[in-house]
Amino acid sequence: VTVTDTTELPPILPRAVDEKRRAVRPRFDASDRTFRAVARASGATVLAIMSLIGVFLAIRASDAISEAGFSFFTTSAWEPDGGNFGIAAVLVGTVLIACVAITLAVPLAMAVALYIVEYAPARLKQTLISLVDLMAAVPSIVYGLWGAYFLQYQVTGLARWIATYFGWVPFLGVDSADPNDPLSTSTVYTSSTFIAGIVVALMIAPIVCAIMREVFAQTPAGEREGALALGATKWGMIRAVVLPFGKGGMIGGTMLGLGRALGETIAVLIIISPVFVIQPNILETGSNSVASLIALRYGEATTFATSALMAAGLVLFSMTLVVNFAASTIVARSRSGAESEG
Amino acid sequence: MTTQTTMPEAAQDAQVGTRASASAGSTVTVPPVPVDARTESRRSTATLRATDFYAIVGALFASLSLTALLFTVVLPFNGRLGFIVVTYVCFLVSYALLVSFDEPGPVVRDRLVAVVVHSLAALMLAALVFVVVYTLVRGVEAMRNLNFFLEDMSSTGPLDPLTQGGIAHGIVGTLIMITIALVITVPLGITCAVFLSEIPGRFSRLVRTIAEAMTALPSIVAGLFIYATFILILGFDKSGLAAALAISVMMLPIIIRSADVVLRLVPGNLKEASLATGAGQWRTVWHVILPTARSGLATSVILGTARGIGETSPVLLTAGFTAAMNTNPTSGPMVSLPLIVFDFVRSPEPAQIARAFGAAATLMALVLILFVIARLIGGRGPGQLTARGRKRRAAQSRRDVERFESRAAVAAAPVSTVPGAGPIRPLEP
Repeated sequence: VTVTDTTELPPILPRAVDEKRRAVRPRFDASDRTFRAVARASGATVLAIMSLIGVFLAIRASDAISEAGFSFFTTSAWEPDGGNFGIAAVLVGTVLIACVAITLAVPLAMAVALYIVEYAPARLKQTLISLVDLMAAVPSIVYGLWGAYFLQYQVTGLARWIATYFGWVPFLGVDSADPNDPLSTSTVYTSSTFIAGIVVALMIAPIVCAIMREVFAQTPAGEREGALALGATKWGMIRAVVLPFGKGGMIGGTMLGLGRALGETIAVLIIISPVFVIQPNILETGSNSVASLIALRYGEATTFATSALMAAGLVLFSMTLVVNFAASTIVARSRSGAESEG
Repeated sequence: MTTQTTMPEAAQDAQVGTRASASAGSTVTVPPVPVDARTESRRSTATLRATDFYAIVGALFASLSLTALLFTVVLPFNGRLGFIVVTYVCFLVSYALLVSFDEPGPVVRDRLVAVVVHSLAALMLAALVFVVVYTLVRGVEAMRNLNFFLEDMSSTGPLDPLTQGGIAHGIVGTLIMITIALVITVPLGITCAVFLSEIPGRFSRLVRTIAEAMTALPSIVAGLFIYATFILILGFDKSGLAAALAISVMMLPIIIRSADVVLRLVPGNLKEASLATGAGQWRTVWHVILPTARSGLATSVILGTARGIGETSPVLLTAGFTAAMNTNPTSGPMVSLPLIVFDFVRSPEPAQIARAFGAAATLMALVLILFVIARLIGGRGPGQLTARGRKRRAAQSRRDVERFESRAAVAAAPVSTVPGAGPIRPLEP
């Protein structure tokens, strides 16, 4: 084809060979096929194990649930062999402990996350991050011991003070003690939902903090500097840039913490004195949670009692699953696009 | 004095003025500014000023003395906690007042938030450190006796002194259980994580969602699951193996999730380079992805291990309880350290409580050691090498060069000159 001065297009020649579109299917050799099969099998195994948990709990629990029906959620006593059992009391206890824990843990975790990201000197940052990670790995029984043998005796004064002056607020009253009697015993303030909640708060705070810190640290530097360049104070910059950007992480981290708080067993079990009535007063002795109910009663001999425990476990399982699903969805959405391909 | 080197602002203004007038085209002459008319002092760029320091110290003194006055003379208050809380509130108020004397509203709010963030962070970090230190300190009493680590509790009652009995059976049990759990979870977990990152699709997305939701599976539910299947349905006895299975169920999602995060951080161009040189998927995974992510994978396994050895409730449901040493995981009850702590602490005897703290401190020490190891080998991004690794890589590369050169020499011997067969330069490590 020669290029001439006139802008005449060269004639399009008919194709000599009738070309077919190439198939772009990747071809795998034997080792690749084996690898893919093994990898897929491991994924399937993990999926099977995880779904079997729900299935087996449901199968074992079906006896008790069909026997109790809807009263399983409204009865507060736990006498499975007498047919009178339900999780009303333990469910309320679980939710109250988790609420106390979240109320205390979230402000603390947020303060630590903001401190690490915004205020801490650069030299200290890595140490603090490691410290928070380490705290998330501390066994729950260590927190439980601390709560039962140290915190318990330090907090009764505070609990009594709150009950005396704020007893009119719902959940904060104490029925079995007269707050105006200075000689009344302080044992009514021990082993309470409040103390268990404080301990669980310390347990979940590192986890919540780790997620919040991660999200805060991903705030785009340009917007951060833009706010500062416009004359914002540090707090103004945090409020206008860091917090709105990290909202998803804050909500998701809080919910992941909530999931952990709902399922906590041993620390709660060491501290509370278990009761099987609905105990709405968080400062008063006696509380319970689904997890500690299972740990307390797993030794029961009859098949039916075990089935009732499985039903309680199933409720706990579904509750934490829903919370975790929601949490990881929110966190994943807030992180979308933050990861980079190298 | 270095101030002479910087151009004084007035001189700069003058230059700008000259340029502006020049561009305007008029002939207004600007009077020359004498450069050394005034000596400048270097500006301080520190964010902390002396007045900030005075405000904090002043507010601290004011709040302390005000609270002391309130507690001793004016109000019928007492108690250490109350004193601290009232002092803190007084401090915030007086600090805000002091700052507001010479700063506008937004700055006052900024200062207050800074104080609150610092104090809450300090409170929480102190509380967390205190939990660990308290356990270690109270554990010293039992750990001072060497028999605590060498004997079991089979011939020791709760009333016996600390010079008898120990937690050797718990230490051995913990190690056996965690070993079995690691044998199960490490291959399965890491293969599954590789599956999630290397074979994307609808199925792997489903597996990832489920595994992520299971990371916060209540540990007691894991125990209950093994209790329902392994012990009640399959009819095995409570044993160390059952406990190890329960711990595996709990650890598996944790390891999968953190390994998945690490594998996703492997740079995509490394993978593509490997595929472009003709390696298959399996070779890419084995020779590129896994070595690149090695330190991160080790960290994720170790952190999963730390979580696994500290769990009490799965072991409580599945391991049974014994006071004697049992090294056979398949038969007879076996205990772990957290389970021993839980059992000791149910006794009111001071010696048992001391043993409980000793066992908890031992457990804590194990977790600390694991954590330090994880930080030592991990904490680097994928592909980042230690000094030793870099040296090893350089030596390897040098050997490769020698090999290539010797091969090139052999190839060049019969044929006189091969164009472009010069020595291959070593890769920069």
